[in-house]
Amino acid sequence: MYSLSYVKPKSLKEAAAFLAKNPEAKLLAGGMTLIPTLKQRLARPTHVVDIGGLAELRGIAAKGGKLVIGAGAKHHDVATSAVVKKAIPALAGLAAEIGDPQVRNRGTIGGSLANNDPAADYPAAALGLGATVVTAKRPIAADDFFQGLFATALEVSEVILRVEFPLPKRAAYCKFHHPASGYAMAGVFVAQTAGGVRVAVTGAGPGVFRWTAAEDALAKAFKPAALEGLALDASGLNNDIHADREYRANLVRVMATRAVAKLSGRK
Amino acid sequence: MNEQPVTYLEETMAKVTIKVNGKNQTRTVEDRMLLVDFLRDELRLTGTHIGCDTSQCGCCTVHVDGRAVKSCTMLAAQANGASVLTIEGMAKGGKLHPIQRAFSECHGLQCGFCTPGMIMATAGLLKDNPSPTDEEIYKGLEGNLCRCTGYINIVKAVKMSAKLLRGKKH
Repeated sequence: MYSLSYVKPKSLKEAAAFLAKNPEAKLLAGGMTLIPTLKQRLARPTHVVDIGGLAELRGIAAKGGKLVIGAGAKHHDVATSAVVKKAIPALAGLAAEIGDPQVRNRGTIGGSLANNDPAADYPAAALGLGATVVTAKRPIAADDFFQGLFATALEVSEVILRVEFPLPKRAAYCKFHHPASGYAMAGVFVAQTAGGVRVAVTGAGPGVFRWTAAEDALAKAFKPAALEGLALDASGLNNDIHADREYRANLVRVMATRAVAKLSGRK
Repeated sequence: MNEQPVTYLEETMAKVTIKVNGKNQTRTVEDRMLLVDFLRDELRLTGTHIGCDTSQCGCCTVHVDGRAVKSCTMLAAQANGASVLTIEGMAKGGKLHPIQRAFSECHGLQCGFCTPGMIMATAGLLKDNPSPTDEEIYKGLEGNLCRCTGYINIVKAVKMSAKLLRGKKH
C-alpha cells in the first residue's frame, strides 16, 4: 500500500468539507473493496476519510411505505434486521448472500452502491426496487444513479446518506454466484412494484441494467413460463474465463425464471 | 498504469489504542498499517496468520467488537478504540477453549496454518447460530480456506464445538 493519511471526521459535514478540499481523498466505510484495492496499489489516494462509524449513517426503519436504510448499515445488519425481513425479505436474503461472514460484518450498503461493482448484489436490489439514493445534496433515482462499470451519478465530494426502497408487492433475488469470490456471475432481482414489474440484472454486463423485454413479458403474465424462449442479447455482456457471454445470457434467463418461480409458486 | 514520477507523501503516523485480548495496547503506527500487522509486528501476536494478502483466505480472522473480520482488510487506525480478540485470547488459564479442544480432538487440521482463522471464524459462526447444520457450517466458513484437509474434519470440529459450547451454557 502506498503511504496515505487516515482521517476520521466527526460528522458528515466535516467529511464533505474535507473531500471538497482534497480531491484525491477517498471515502472509507467498510473498506471491503477499498482496502484490497489499496493493498494491490491499484489506487493511490492522498487520504482515506473514515465515515464507517458515523452515527448519521446508521439506522434501518420502515416508514411511509418505504424501507429506509442508512448508508453505514453493514450487510450483516441488513441480513438479520427484523424490519428488513418483514418489509422486503428478498433484500435481507440478498444481503445474507454477499461475500462471506467476515465481509458482511464490515461491508456497508452505501459503500457497495457507491462502488457499483458490476457483479455486486445491492445495485440489483436498488435498481430492481426503484430505490432512491439520498445524498447530502439530493435524492437520486436508481435509474439515474448507476452509470456502468464502477460509475455512478455521485460527484467527487458527494456522500450517500441513506437508501430509500419503496415497498414492493413482491420481490425475489436469484444469483448464480462464483464459487470462489461469491460475486454474481448473473444475479437477477425481480420486483412487482406499484409502477409495474422491474427486472434488474447484475454480474452479467459491465454494470447493473434492467431487462425490459422480461419486464414486458412478466407484466402480461407473471409466471416463469412467460420468460420461456425470451433471449437476452449477449453482445454487450461480460466474456471472461469464468463464463462466456452466451452462457451468461442464458444464466440471466434461468435466474430470472427462478426468481419468478419463487414468487408465483409455479414452475 | 501511471508514468508520472511517484511523489510519496511523508509517512503519516498516528497514535492508536486497541484493546487486544482484554489489555489496552497503545502504539504510534503508520496510518497505512493493517490491523494484522499491528497484531503481529507491534504486539508479536503471531497466531493471527497472513495466508494470502488478498482478503480471500481468512487466516487472519480476529474479532473486532465481537464480530469476525479479516484483519488484513482493515487498517489498525480503523480499530482505534475497539476491542480485538485474537487466537491468543481464546485459551483461559492454560485451558484450551472448547473450540480449540474440538479442533484438536477431531483433528480439524493438517498443517495448521489456517487453524487460528478457522477457530475465530467458528467462534463467530456459533455466536450467531449455536446449532448449525452441515450446510450452515459450509456457508459460515465460506470466508476461510484450508488447502489440506478437504474440510471434513473441520466440519466435524465445528459440530463438536457447538456441542461443547451448548453444554457449557446449561
